[in-house]
Amino acid sequence: MKEINFTVTDPLGIHARPAGILVKEAKKFASKITVWKGDKSCDMKKLLALMGMAIKQGENITVQFDGADEEDCAAAIEKFLKENF
Amino acid sequence: MIVATGKSILNRIGIGKIKIYKAPEYKINEGLIEDPAHEVQRFNDAVQKAIDQQGVLYEKALQTAGEESAAIFEAHQMMLEDDDLQDAAREIITSQKRGAEYATKTAFDEYAQMFAEMDDPYMKARSADLIDVEMAVLDVLMGNDTDSLQGTEPSILVAEDLAPSETVKLDKSLLLGMITREGSSNSHTAILARSMNLPSLIQCKDIDDSWDGKLAILDGYNGCVYIEPTKDLIDSLTAKRNEDLKKEALLQELKGKPSVTLDGRKVRVYANIGGPSDLGSVHENDAEGVGLFRSEFVYLNSKEAPSEEEQFTAYKRVVETLAPKLVIIRTCDIGADKTIDYMNLDKEENPALGFRAIRICLTRKDFFKTQLRALLRASAYGNMGIMFPMIISRWEVVEAKAILEECKAELLREGHKIGKYELGIMVETPASVLCADELAEEVDFFSLGTNDLTQYTCAIDRQNAKLERFSDTHHPAVLKAIQMTVDAGHRHGAWVGICGELGADPTLTETFLRMGVDELSVNAKSVLPLRKIIRSTDLSKPAIKD
Repeated sequence: MKEINFTVTDPLGIHARPAGILVKEAKKFASKITVWKGDKSCDMKKLLALMGMAIKQGENITVQFDGADEEDCAAAIEKFLKENF
Repeated sequence: MIVATGKSILNRIGIGKIKIYKAPEYKINEGLIEDPAHEVQRFNDAVQKAIDQQGVLYEKALQTAGEESAAIFEAHQMMLEDDDLQDAAREIITSQKRGAEYATKTAFDEYAQMFAEMDDPYMKARSADLIDVEMAVLDVLMGNDTDSLQGTEPSILVAEDLAPSETVKLDKSLLLGMITREGSSNSHTAILARSMNLPSLIQCKDIDDSWDGKLAILDGYNGCVYIEPTKDLIDSLTAKRNEDLKKEALLQELKGKPSVTLDGRKVRVYANIGGPSDLGSVHENDAEGVGLFRSEFVYLNSKEAPSEEEQFTAYKRVVETLAPKLVIIRTCDIGADKTIDYMNLDKEENPALGFRAIRICLTRKDFFKTQLRALLRASAYGNMGIMFPMIISRWEVVEAKAILEECKAELLREGHKIGKYELGIMVETPASVLCADELAEEVDFFSLGTNDLTQYTCAIDRQNAKLERFSDTHHPAVLKAIQMTVDAGHRHGAWVGICGELGADPTLTETFLRMGVDELSVNAKSVLPLRKIIRSTDLSKPAIKD
């Protein structure tokens, strides 16, 4: 399993449309991707659940990757988060 | 006449008949069903069709309202594709033995509720998106025809609320305005209204079904709607609307286009500004630069002489914001009609011919240096011109330049950055016109200040009503002076502009172009009208004398 930490800098946080694109990106990989904010977690491949986390600017999230392609997956998602949020 | 108020989205006016827009009622059968597999199939098909519809709406919004608004429908598609949401609905069908409509409503409402309960106002507003996609699925399931709700006549639409999908489905050519009882200025309806440029009123609590079919004026300037307005009101607001439309058409047509004549002569059309607060108008009217930034505001808005730092901040802001456009800043032009207490200027018999502008600056060198240092420091942040007013003699320019060099050397020693800048003078005295050849050798540009030039050339005080009969803004002496200045400037490689009011006179634009004027700097509102004239002028054809 791989794990990354990320702090959201986008003023709107992880909101509707970019969250949708993030989900699309996540779905390209076979690994299970879990987003943690505090003690709440959700599957990154599920848009409404991800939006339901209400991740705001300045908040810290941890993302866990579990599966055969976890290395590539973690690298791609980390890059995507940095560029978009 | 009835007047109702609300929150206006745009400063625009819409006039026309009211059409009450009523969303279809969703009568959902809550009874048990026999064949869950069939209902699941109906649900799956309806969701897929709704996803496809959102794709169509995305394309439609992209064309009529732009990328930002269209993105809503992309988000809608993704919500509809969400597995959790779909599973929740299918679960209701199979385990509770309910119809697809009931399952859709129950499952989608639950998610909408979840968003509605969130603290974040942005996320809260997303519950409307879920309701919107819920209705899209229900419309498919129930075979609702939502296209005919708008009617077939151009009208101001009045509704409880309009979902983004409803707003974008509306036939824009029939839409004169929108009024809703609900909605926030963050709602997609407001965003769409803005990008479609529709006069709109939200949170209008007094909307009433009895308005249907009545004549109304939506006054976006005052955030109200007049039902069955008086004739006077119709006349005045119709005139205002027509004026708005004319202005907008001009903006649309000419924004981003070059100011070039039919035969290819380029002219720079700049704006005159009085301070950083005018920056918006420079952008709105697509001015190609600033030909006259009156620095007086820094002096007039202050109880004591403004510091270098204060001035630097103001100049930097303008130069930096407009970069790479050229911003010509005129040095202090106080005196005459613009007097200031802390300057302790004596009362004069004849202030127009008195101690003013460059004459004060060359006398009170430290005062002048404060401004020059601020200007030089700001020059590092963009494209700047420095312009001295009220010049009559070459030695004045030479001395002002020497002080400027002195400031430059000091600043460089102190480690400040200085950018490139152009140097010019106002040509606003008959003396400067007659000596234009030697003055041109000292500068990069001339800017004709036609207000003072006319007053000094004709010895006419423009404020004196008794002189009206003798006054002629197109006096041949003034036009001749302009031609002489242009010629002298060009002989010595200096470009020549006009920053006085005459520059904005549309009846003289062609004359100025034929004279060889390189730049016209006018009040921002005149920029696009001038561009229009320039673009329809053909200098290769002989001038038409009137």
